[in-house]
Amino acid sequence: MPRRDDLESICVIGSGPIVIGQACEFDYAGCQALKVLREEGYRTIVVNSNPATIMTDPGFADRTYIEPLDLEGVASVLERERPDALLPTLGGQTALNLAVALAEAGALDDLGVELIGAPVDVIRRAEDREEFKRAVESCGLRVPDSTIVTSLDELEGIATPAVVRPAFTLGGHGGGFAEDAAGLRHQVERGLAESPIAQVLVEESVRGWDEFELEVIRDRADNVVVVCSIENLDPMGVHTGDSVTVAPQMTLSDEAYQELRDAAAAVIRAVGVETGGSNIQFARSRETGELRVIEMNPRVSRSSALASKATGYPIAKVAAKLAVGYTLDEIPNDLTKTTPASFEPTLDYVVVKFPRFAFEKFPGADQRLGTQMKSVGEAMGIGRTFTEAFLKAFGSRELDPGSPTPWPSLALEDVPEGVHPWFLEQLAKAHEELASGDLWRAKRAGWGDDSIGAAWGLTGHEVRARRHAEGVRPSFRRVDSCAGEVEAGSNYLYSTWGEQDEAAPAGDEPRVVIIGSGPNRIGQGIEFDYCCVHAAQTFRSLGYEAVMVNCNPETVSTDYDTSDRLYFEPLSPEEVLAVCDREQPVGVVTQFGGQTPLRLARHIEEAGYRILGTPHEAIDLAEDRERFGSLVEELNVQCPPWAIVASADDALLAAARIGYPVLVRPSYVLGGRAMRVCYDDRQLEDAMAAVLGSVLLDRFVENAIELDVDALCDGEEVYIAAVMQHVEEAGVHSGDSACVLPAPSLTLAAALEVEHVVKRLGPALGVVGLLNVQLAIADGTAYVLEANPRASRTVPFASKSIGVNLVEAACRLATGAKLRDLQLPTPRPAQVSVKAAVLPFSRFPGADPVLGPEMRSTGEVMASAADLPTALAKAERAAGRPLPTSGTAFLSVRDEDKPAAVAVAAALAGLGFELVATEGTARTLRAAGLEIGDVAKVADASGGEETVVDLVRRGRCDLVINTPQGSGARADGYLIREAALVARVPCVTTISGAAAAVHAIANARAESALSLQERIGIEA
Amino acid sequence: MSPKRGYLLLEDGTVFHGRSVAAPGAAFGEAVFTTAMSGYQETVTDPSYAEQLVCFTAPMVGNYGVADERDESGRPHARAALMRQLGGREWADWLTEHGLVGLEEIDTRALVLKLRDAGAMRAVAVADEAELPVEDALEQVRAQPSMEGQALVADVSTPEPYVFAKEGAVRVALVDYGTKRSISRRLAHAGAAVTVFPHSAQPDELAEFDGVVLSNGPGDPEPLAAEVEAVRRLLGRVPILGICLGHQLLGLATGHRTFKLPFGHRGANHPVLDRRTGRVLVTSQNHGFAVEPSEDREATHVSLYDGTVEGFDFPELRARSVQFHPEAGPGPHDAWPILESWVEELRG
Repeated sequence: MPRRDDLESICVIGSGPIVIGQACEFDYAGCQALKVLREEGYRTIVVNSNPATIMTDPGFADRTYIEPLDLEGVASVLERERPDALLPTLGGQTALNLAVALAEAGALDDLGVELIGAPVDVIRRAEDREEFKRAVESCGLRVPDSTIVTSLDELEGIATPAVVRPAFTLGGHGGGFAEDAAGLRHQVERGLAESPIAQVLVEESVRGWDEFELEVIRDRADNVVVVCSIENLDPMGVHTGDSVTVAPQMTLSDEAYQELRDAAAAVIRAVGVETGGSNIQFARSRETGELRVIEMNPRVSRSSALASKATGYPIAKVAAKLAVGYTLDEIPNDLTKTTPASFEPTLDYVVVKFPRFAFEKFPGADQRLGTQMKSVGEAMGIGRTFTEAFLKAFGSRELDPGSPTPWPSLALEDVPEGVHPWFLEQLAKAHEELASGDLWRAKRAGWGDDSIGAAWGLTGHEVRARRHAEGVRPSFRRVDSCAGEVEAGSNYLYSTWGEQDEAAPAGDEPRVVIIGSGPNRIGQGIEFDYCCVHAAQTFRSLGYEAVMVNCNPETVSTDYDTSDRLYFEPLSPEEVLAVCDREQPVGVVTQFGGQTPLRLARHIEEAGYRILGTPHEAIDLAEDRERFGSLVEELNVQCPPWAIVASADDALLAAARIGYPVLVRPSYVLGGRAMRVCYDDRQLEDAMAAVLGSVLLDRFVENAIELDVDALCDGEEVYIAAVMQHVEEAGVHSGDSACVLPAPSLTLAAALEVEHVVKRLGPALGVVGLLNVQLAIADGTAYVLEANPRASRTVPFASKSIGVNLVEAACRLATGAKLRDLQLPTPRPAQVSVKAAVLPFSRFPGADPVLGPEMRSTGEVMASAADLPTALAKAERAAGRPLPTSGTAFLSVRDEDKPAAVAVAAALAGLGFELVATEGTARTLRAAGLEIGDVAKVADASGGEETVVDLVRRGRCDLVINTPQGSGARADGYLIREAALVARVPCVTTISGAAAAVHAIANARAESALSLQERIGIEA
Repeated sequence: MSPKRGYLLLEDGTVFHGRSVAAPGAAFGEAVFTTAMSGYQETVTDPSYAEQLVCFTAPMVGNYGVADERDESGRPHARAALMRQLGGREWADWLTEHGLVGLEEIDTRALVLKLRDAGAMRAVAVADEAELPVEDALEQVRAQPSMEGQALVADVSTPEPYVFAKEGAVRVALVDYGTKRSISRRLAHAGAAVTVFPHSAQPDELAEFDGVVLSNGPGDPEPLAAEVEAVRRLLGRVPILGICLGHQLLGLATGHRTFKLPFGHRGANHPVLDRRTGRVLVTSQNHGFAVEPSEDREATHVSLYDGTVEGFDFPELRARSVQFHPEAGPGPHDAWPILESWVEELRG
């Protein structure tokens, strides 16, 4: 069946900000789909609120809307663009939910937009518990039995073991496992008490069963293929996103696997997915072979991205083609070109995915894994054997030393419970190979140089030297989707040991190696992938061969279409140098992948390869505080007084000299790990107790305007691209603070001062490429807080706000161009753009949901409008925290914030909000003449009295303004904030944030959506 | 006892070193590869692999042990298992017990690329290089007959007829050119009483049944003149279903031509287009010879890899066939309905 000619334009919905459970994989999917749809000649429109995505780049669609992904936001785009069709299967659950909402609101019918990929009834059948159960049972299969229970009388006849899940509690809090009837009664009692609506779901327990996933594709002609099987090492009970997974499945016999395959095909047909991919999850009893169908996603997913990278079968690309009418046999296999997509990939290697956790960012949070996903990223390893793939993925996590995580080590006793014995056997064998003392054997088992070194009492570097002396070097193999059966010109490679090497690169073009950013983590995510992808595109357009090295399966950078060659490898010196040895690049690009490539830069230079653009020396100069301190002094630039200390005693002495408050931070880290602001000796002592090694103390500049500046430097001249002002006050990590461009509170004099500072810093640091400077303006002085001679987190936001591709420009500079050659326009954005952070607190019950110097956001959204309040209100909507326009506002602020709180409260009262406050805050506000309702603090409540938590829980509060009062009031503040989180009531934890929010509530206007192309004045 | 170092030697002199994990000795045969990711025991017990050294492209082989019910015949027919890594001791023990050479640590991908580009080759798998040096082995490899022109069915067919399934709504005769048990099982499952006959069964005897299945089997179909003739004499007298070698025999009996594929189709992921419906089947395949591409109307199924004929239907002769394995074992069950609907039709 050929391409549908009755469609002319198609709208694709993205997945919005990166949150736990929805990350870069949907940018990968969206990019692939847009590429395909444009190739097919359709006019494309994309809506996504996430500026750090490649899919929202102006060149990727005909019309790009960076708008909130809510009903209103998407409907306004559809109204304006009137596409013929909407494709919602590439933007995760967000896009699917929106499609259903749009259909239910009648918007699709009214506008004559056809839903392609997944019709509403299919989405419902996959999502609705009862409908899904019926569909599954119609093919003779079973889902785990479940019953909704609202009282203890309803437990009759419910079998145990069972799992109890309370409705509407944070992270499934209050749920649990019941072995027998008595346990069930106890769990249900507890769950009913915890659930705000006194309802629990009692589900048949499949805990400990093996978990498998199949990635299935179906076309209009009812052809079904299984692209990939994935086996979870962690058994049922742990979310698959948090599980270590392996592809292809390893432990099932052919007959058992075929049973799963049949079941998957039956389910996709019964649910009725007509075109596209689905992910179907199964639980299988290891003892009896019984099967349960757990879940199905009628769309591309995290697992389908993994499956695509694992097999080389581009699921999203194929799904997009199927959605516009093709059948599988009409679509060529991307890698072989000569065979069709209507086959099932076969693997002659093994792929293992490891989740990456960030528990160190959420002290107090429950670290046990369960059915709610908690990991923030993932790394994949490819090897010729299970252990090789496993060890690569394990090492690719780039854990900070000492971070709490499941699978903390490779010791067999650290293997989580319930893992299939086959995997344990393999790991035990790998340990034997390591113990053999034979280099080849250790390498063939998959051990990295560092691990071998650790076991043999050598450094990784020494192991490498010995390897090279003995000629023990890796070889590279291709991922070709067909185990070599069909000739494939694949450019997708991985390393292994002791095998033939497949076709080393040929060609006359000079090569550059781009180092990616590894697994997503807090502080290093999709922004850097965006930069790496642009770097690849730019170098290719400049006549270089771009070679990508990365290990994150979610990303666009690990799409083999992005570069001339993709090496799917861990980002450690060993593997990166091996790639360089093979590619012999003219330069290696390290400034776009965040902290990961910077850690490698020294090794790369020592091995004799050239870093393109800013040399590593500049990084060192900027990050070594002593050297940086002398540099700024020489340049006559101000920075806050500082000291480097090694002990608590030193710290107290230094603080006395510098003056409180001080900011405490260990050096060489991204994302502000373990940063704290201390106001007195006691707090400083506490902070010092929590860190190891040398620590940097900075005078913390209070009541300052905090700025983020992104600039370009060619070694001599500097181009100031964007000066962004943080909305939250200093002390909130720049990654978590909302920011505004252009900076609204900057005086002309201060702006000139900032420009002056940055223009001196760039050449002095030796920057050739991107430069990010963070400054604080206080009392007319510009203090430099930090200079980062590399791509910053704000590069995509800045690029999209001003309409200049900063990465492209940086790459040109790196290859020798001068700024004057680039002729970049003076940035004069016609609109105000706001970037707002999205925080994962709801996943970490127990951790205080409050902003601070430690970065904790997982993602961000962007909104632009003619004025700041409108842009800010839109950004909050996009971040999933729409500001209320009426109702009740609750205030409880620390003493320092009380004066400022008066203005905020008065403004809210003026807007018609009812105000309630806890005692202290209420007193201040009443003294200012405001009418305030009383509400008890939780700690003060004496039975029966309504507390603020009750207020929030009962839905009688629409806005919470709660700034943390040191550690004393922490407990109470925490309960308030947590309640707000559960009830999805916007909760502002800084007074500056509150002021901005109120300003936005008061002044935001309705404004119709405007595409990026129109906004920055380019035509696609 | 430390494992012996062994090797695989191809007729062109290429050597792949490995480690012996199974029986001692030297196994001569044709080196072929299968891309199926599971079903190792089914594979080596499939008589179509007779006189072959099977390279598994799956990275790890033997992960889930062995079970008698996975045997596709009474004994293994492949002569050696070539693996990148052995996935479990039980499988190695099974190979040893059955006298198969098993080598792991073979660079299977390099071997596959070699066979893909140069074609299937005569080869020897040697368990202990100390016992048979490469130089001596090469001469012996080159002295082996090529697979082309080899009639192997007599070696693997049942000597006497036997009843596989007594009860059934229809009576089916299965001609055993090297049949897999899965074929009998699926036929019985579909409601047929199944009697298995030797490859040399007389057409008159077979014609008494409600339907005749021509099984899979090893080797080159062309020298099987007697078998082809028997099929020709059966045509039109009784409904016929050919599978794999049975398909090739039907092709030869109806004037089509067969040829040796460069390196065969062996795996569980091969797409086959049903020209009549436009539907694609993901199929289990194992054949080194094929029916030449044909635009004739009776060529109902075609390989989407190389255009070879994957299925025939001669309605006027009540004969049809498929090149792939609808019985699976190992591989996808997508084509089970071909067997089931054929039995259903016999019921009338």
